[in-house]
Amino acid sequence: MSQEFRIKEKGYINRNKIINFRFNGKNYTGYEGDTLASALLANGIHLVGRSFKYHRPRGFFAAGVDEPNAKLQIQLNGHSEPNVNATEIELVEGMVATSQNCWPSVEFDVGAINNLLQKFFPAGFYYKTFMWPKSFWYKIYEPFIRKAAGLGIASTKKDTERYEHKFEYCDLLVTGSGPAGLASAYAAAKSGAKVILAEDKHRFGGSLLMDDVSIDNLSGKDWADKIISELKEMPNVIVKNRSQVFGYYDHNMLVMFERTGDHLEKKSEFTPRQRLWYIRCKEVILSTGSIERPIVFGNNDTPGVMLSSGAKEYMKVYGVLVGRKPIIFTNNDSAYETAIEFKNNGADPLIIDTRKEQSSDLINDAKNKDIKIKFNHAVIKADGYKKVKSAIIGELSEDKKTYKNTSSVECDCICVSGFWTPSVHLASQSGNKLKFDKEIDAFVPDKSKQEEITVGAANGNFTLHDTLNAGFSAGSQVSKKLNNKDVDIQIPNVTEKKHKTHDKFWCAPLPKNIKAKRFVDFQNDVSVTDIEIALREGYRSIEHVKRYTTLGMATDQGRTSNLNGLQLVSNIENKIVPEVGHTTFRPPFTPVTIGTIVGREVGKHFMPTRLTPMHNWHIKNNAVFVDAGAWKRPRYYKIGNETMLEAATREAKNVRDKVGICDVTTLGKIDVKGPDAAEFLNRVYTNAWMKLPVGKARYGVMLREDGMVMDDGTTTRISEHHYHMTTTTAQAANVLSHLEYYLQIVWPELNVNVVSTTEQWAGAALAGPKSRDVLAKLFPNINVSNESLPFMGYVEGDLFGVPARIFRISFSGELAYEINVQSDYGLYMWEKMMDIGKEFGIQPYGTEALSTLRIEMGHVAGPELDGRTIPYDVSLDGMVSKKKDFIGKRSLTKIAFNEANRQKIVGLVPIDRKTSIPEGSHLVLDKNAQLPNPKLGHVSSSCWSVENNNPFSLAIIKDGKNMIGKKLFAVSPLKNKSIEVEVISSHYVDHEGKRVRS
Amino acid sequence: MLYIKCPYCGMRSQNEFAYGGDASIKRPELNKDVSDKEWDDFVYNRKSPRGKHVELWHHVSGCRQWFKAQRDTATHEIFKTAMMNEEI
Repeated sequence: MSQEFRIKEKGYINRNKIINFRFNGKNYTGYEGDTLASALLANGIHLVGRSFKYHRPRGFFAAGVDEPNAKLQIQLNGHSEPNVNATEIELVEGMVATSQNCWPSVEFDVGAINNLLQKFFPAGFYYKTFMWPKSFWYKIYEPFIRKAAGLGIASTKKDTERYEHKFEYCDLLVTGSGPAGLASAYAAAKSGAKVILAEDKHRFGGSLLMDDVSIDNLSGKDWADKIISELKEMPNVIVKNRSQVFGYYDHNMLVMFERTGDHLEKKSEFTPRQRLWYIRCKEVILSTGSIERPIVFGNNDTPGVMLSSGAKEYMKVYGVLVGRKPIIFTNNDSAYETAIEFKNNGADPLIIDTRKEQSSDLINDAKNKDIKIKFNHAVIKADGYKKVKSAIIGELSEDKKTYKNTSSVECDCICVSGFWTPSVHLASQSGNKLKFDKEIDAFVPDKSKQEEITVGAANGNFTLHDTLNAGFSAGSQVSKKLNNKDVDIQIPNVTEKKHKTHDKFWCAPLPKNIKAKRFVDFQNDVSVTDIEIALREGYRSIEHVKRYTTLGMATDQGRTSNLNGLQLVSNIENKIVPEVGHTTFRPPFTPVTIGTIVGREVGKHFMPTRLTPMHNWHIKNNAVFVDAGAWKRPRYYKIGNETMLEAATREAKNVRDKVGICDVTTLGKIDVKGPDAAEFLNRVYTNAWMKLPVGKARYGVMLREDGMVMDDGTTTRISEHHYHMTTTTAQAANVLSHLEYYLQIVWPELNVNVVSTTEQWAGAALAGPKSRDVLAKLFPNINVSNESLPFMGYVEGDLFGVPARIFRISFSGELAYEINVQSDYGLYMWEKMMDIGKEFGIQPYGTEALSTLRIEMGHVAGPELDGRTIPYDVSLDGMVSKKKDFIGKRSLTKIAFNEANRQKIVGLVPIDRKTSIPEGSHLVLDKNAQLPNPKLGHVSSSCWSVENNNPFSLAIIKDGKNMIGKKLFAVSPLKNKSIEVEVISSHYVDHEGKRVRS
Repeated sequence: MLYIKCPYCGMRSQNEFAYGGDASIKRPELNKDVSDKEWDDFVYNRKSPRGKHVELWHHVSGCRQWFKAQRDTATHEIFKTAMMNEEI
């Protein structure tokens, strides 16, 4: 293939490097510096996709972010990515591009039948059609919509690319390197301010690359190159190309998406594909430029119809001629530059200008070059299916609502220009309420809400002279504000062509005898008729019209369609545009890959992993782990082919019969110190703490102010003013914040300090009837008898040279101890305990066995303390002091909390003593009752009782106190189970609690 | 993302902080008779003003100090922050 539309010696591409690529199964070539779009156009390819709804043939419409049609599936280096904008992606050797939304091919697409059936696909088609019958939804409508929805195909493979995040702080961020951005960045940088200049394209300069201007006797591009190279030399400036600032958030936080690797044929392992920048800056100058607006006419979506600015960019930057016989359809002067450029490159342009005959610099230039111009004319309709072949044009009547005569003109492309729309997305995101500028018929930024200034075309400033002045002055203003320095900058001399005013002509009327669809929004297939229907059906708010018709949605966010849509609505409604208002501009300005947003936080880096000092031992001993917050905890230790239930039952039984050891390092630990520590604990916990002696532990329950149980655990008095508090693993962070809240805000007069010591101590629980024997051998110098170290006793000891804390506390209901040593000695302690315990039959046990032991004892934990239970509900009301006040006490007097039939914890066993009851099951009186079946309560925890060898569950049910002995049904629609159960006491084992005191 | 001045650490990004609600709420004193209304106002009832609001923030991923901030709930402008024992 020969790139037959490439112009000789034009553009900024590197003709010495040929790049091979494939498109829809055929091989093509382009040059280094091409975009995929410019390379395809150089090969004469316009048809690139099929439209979303009607599957109409679509071609390139623009040359940058404003492109609504050319979204391709790209395969490169084994990855496949959908919806890539062909006008933005740089051409890379080996790139494979495929059209989307068509079958079997873009040339012949079966879905195009929708185009013939378009009468049946009006605005709101989906809302109107898929409503009834209800039974059609799952089997017919949903699969149909799913098949029709979306354009490309998302990859199901793991994304192996590297993405990064970067945090940057600066004085000034300038978004866009057109004349306004360059001038602003330069002026501010000269004063020494730390500046970041971001350009979304590969080349700097914005409109300077395309426009026929000179600055200080340099061409626009040369001047831009000169400024950029000066900026790059300055140590206080970061200059970034391929970087799109796509979001503007509170307090001048902006986010930028940098394509670091997409353009590289080969990149190192450590070069990220894309990078997300979080930029916190003192000042922002928005120089985002403007986007050309199309004029709406019949079949304006035919391939070969494109923005005049796009055609000019393809010629000037890429040396590509998009047609040899172009029609330039315009309501303003700027498109004349495109026509002149066409003429200069040997094409034969025809200008269709909606304005009356007049003269200006550019019109005269065109005339002097013998370019044909038809004033007071409009393009009514494009003809040609997969490519424009001709156009019907008409001479406009006085009111421009009809035509005096029409005729057909041959052409191979139609370049359309309906004047310019400032890119105000970022300004709007910053909180700036936009105002409508009647001079340019578009919205521009109004008063800044953050430290932001908009300059240049983005502010509706369309002459180079004004734009440069605004840029230099904004840059100087910022440096004055930041550094209190005046910057002395000579405003350069500028030569540019003067433009005459544009015509307020946005949509070519369609005579009755001409049939054609006039598209407002190409990406969503929204036509003039769709908007008319929406308004006829009563939609008035522009936000509703948007949602009903999908105008301005999806990846292009209405960049080319918003204002035409607004003009149309305001014409039909007889309102002016500012009364209609505009829809909300939301980030991201352009699509951002999910990979970039996620960055390096994938796999194990998704969140931190907390490991106990004994972790490697657990691994060596076949532990199967479970996540407990960020912690990894052994769930059970697998022997042979054991199932989880078999392993957990073995481990739990070993605790009941002999002795087990459990890693409890993950429990939250908080040091509470200070002369008022006892008083503080007395206020935090529901029970009394003033008389706890040194060397004793106590179980405590803490509430939230609303009376709900927050957490429980034991706290030990280590010395006079020093307490060691433990919390559940899950609540450790919340409890610390809670304590700090009361100490710092509510009772600052208390002299107490709290600090987390969770990571400082490794803990092991030693539980079972033989645990005292093991302890005695571990600490031969300590008297561990029941009298000397009773239940809830505490003693410090020496564990083979390591200082240890020994607490006689129990979660399993057995005689048990908890031993803490400094974290570094955790494994040492564990191995000593395993070693010494061998002769007593010690076995490690995991969280499954731990749960089994506590459930059959009726000890409550997370599933019962779920933030919806008061002490009574979980049988902890005995822990509530009647004498003293504490956090949440006043709430316990609420009427609902004291009703006679208040919910309460109970035990459940299945009648057949065999079927396990799924956690989360609902309890009902009659499983066959009419729906809604009144729910009595729910199953909170379930286990296989090792003591009684049958299933046992804890449940919280209404009037639990009086339900003992009743028969109910536990129903789990999720597991499709309905089990008859008997309500019994929640203490299934050792009712009197003798074992822990033995 | 907000940029918040911790009175102890200086300017930090919002993701280091936890929000703590209305700072004007005073807990009723301990061991005092409190009416249902008074208690409900303390536990549940909060105003949701549009505009200036004095609120609590906790520098959880920093110095772990609670402090006060005066913020505009509509614009998110933060006018002032202060330690708990300072006036705002």
